[in-house]
Amino acid sequence: MTMRVAVTVNGTEYARDVEPRLLLIHFLRDELGLTGSHWGCDTSNCGACVVWLDARPVKSCTVLAAMADGHAVRTVEGLEQDGKLDPVQEGFIECHGLQCGFCTSGMLMTARWLLDHNPDPAEAEIREAISGQICRCTGYENIIRSVRWAAKQSRPGGAEADEPA
Amino acid sequence: MQVPSHVEYERATSVEHALSLLSRPDTRVVAGGHSIIPMMKLRLAQPEVLVDINELTELAFIRLAGDQLCIGALARHADLLDSAVAGELFPIFHDAERVVADPIVRLWGTVGGSLCQADPSEDLSAVFAAARAIAVIRGQHGDRVVPVREFHLGPYETVIGPGELLAEVRVPVAPGTGSAYEKVARRVGDWSVAAAGAVLRLSGGLGGDPPVIVSAGLGLTAVGAEHFVAAEAEEFLRGRAADSESFTAAGAIAAEHCHPVADQRGPEDYKRHLVAELSTRALRRAAARVRVET
Repeated sequence: MTMRVAVTVNGTEYARDVEPRLLLIHFLRDELGLTGSHWGCDTSNCGACVVWLDARPVKSCTVLAAMADGHAVRTVEGLEQDGKLDPVQEGFIECHGLQCGFCTSGMLMTARWLLDHNPDPAEAEIREAISGQICRCTGYENIIRSVRWAAKQSRPGGAEADEPA
Repeated sequence: MQVPSHVEYERATSVEHALSLLSRPDTRVVAGGHSIIPMMKLRLAQPEVLVDINELTELAFIRLAGDQLCIGALARHADLLDSAVAGELFPIFHDAERVVADPIVRLWGTVGGSLCQADPSEDLSAVFAAARAIAVIRGQHGDRVVPVREFHLGPYETVIGPGELLAEVRVPVAPGTGSAYEKVARRVGDWSVAAAGAVLRLSGGLGGDPPVIVSAGLGLTAVGAEHFVAAEAEEFLRGRAADSESFTAAGAIAAEHCHPVADQRGPEDYKRHLVAELSTRALRRAAARVRVET
């Protein structure tokens, strides 16, 4: 038994016939081939699968693709605009915000959401925002620096005025 | 790889539509999904039909109506944490919501879902029990109201029947009230090892005497307290001075009468110790937060 699920992902409309029990993360990866979002713990603990559903981040291992029918999804593939990386992506490059990269796409999506709502977050606010996401490489310090770099980059004057990372 | 059990999916477009869909046998509600979908992955739940109620935005309110704070079942945890009126009247909600899961989960998880999941370690169940809240359950023949203290029949079981939907929770507001929630978890975002929520109503306190406790609500979670309530400690507190001595004694009574079990979160004696300490702290903080009415 399948149902038609139509989702706009990063501005492009997709429709697929899928089982109602299919999780959004598998819809994105296996049906649409958008493998930037990672499938991690499967228990909504690790946050590797975070994407946006409409305007808010969600752990896509805990959402059915059917629940996204008729809605808009934004994934890490949608961060880059016109060949230019999003400042949070640049921040992760500049400040060594990743090693293995497994948590990175989820971290980036949460970081983008945080900065959209709080353009100049304190360290504690960044830690709180990513507290539902697990990184096993950097110990979080570089991720926090990366997000702060992106916040400063987005302000007038840019990152040049920043302290060294 | 965890795959949810086979299920049909229906999306409710109105409360009436949801009630009609829910009258089919073996149907469950999905909203935030953070309880039912993991349960389906583990085959702890295998409903035939999931009814998605995320479009029922008429159930997503948080508002003061007369002397009741009304919280719609579809209000998200993040909405409650952001609600100025809830935080002003019942800071216990903000205390608790800061330690429910993590910020991403709180954006989607709902107040109604937390109550209806009836997990014995759930935070808001203890909070609503402490506040003596009322659950409004909607059915095809109208609403019925059930005190939250009678809402849970046991682990993962509530009084909600086929064809019914939790619509809202109403919290009675009274002058001279203060509230607080204290939780110990193994790590950020985890379920409680133990937690206590206090809602105190005080009177007097003029002329240097401590105020008197008019009514006390003490909710406990994760420690086997019946209906999430420390009833003996509440009874002890009523009419006593709102001072440190009363709160310490009440904490000891709460610890004596709950029924924690040893598990991976800790041994029984440790949990009883936490109940005593967290109850005392929550009561003390609740009392300190009582607003003097002018």
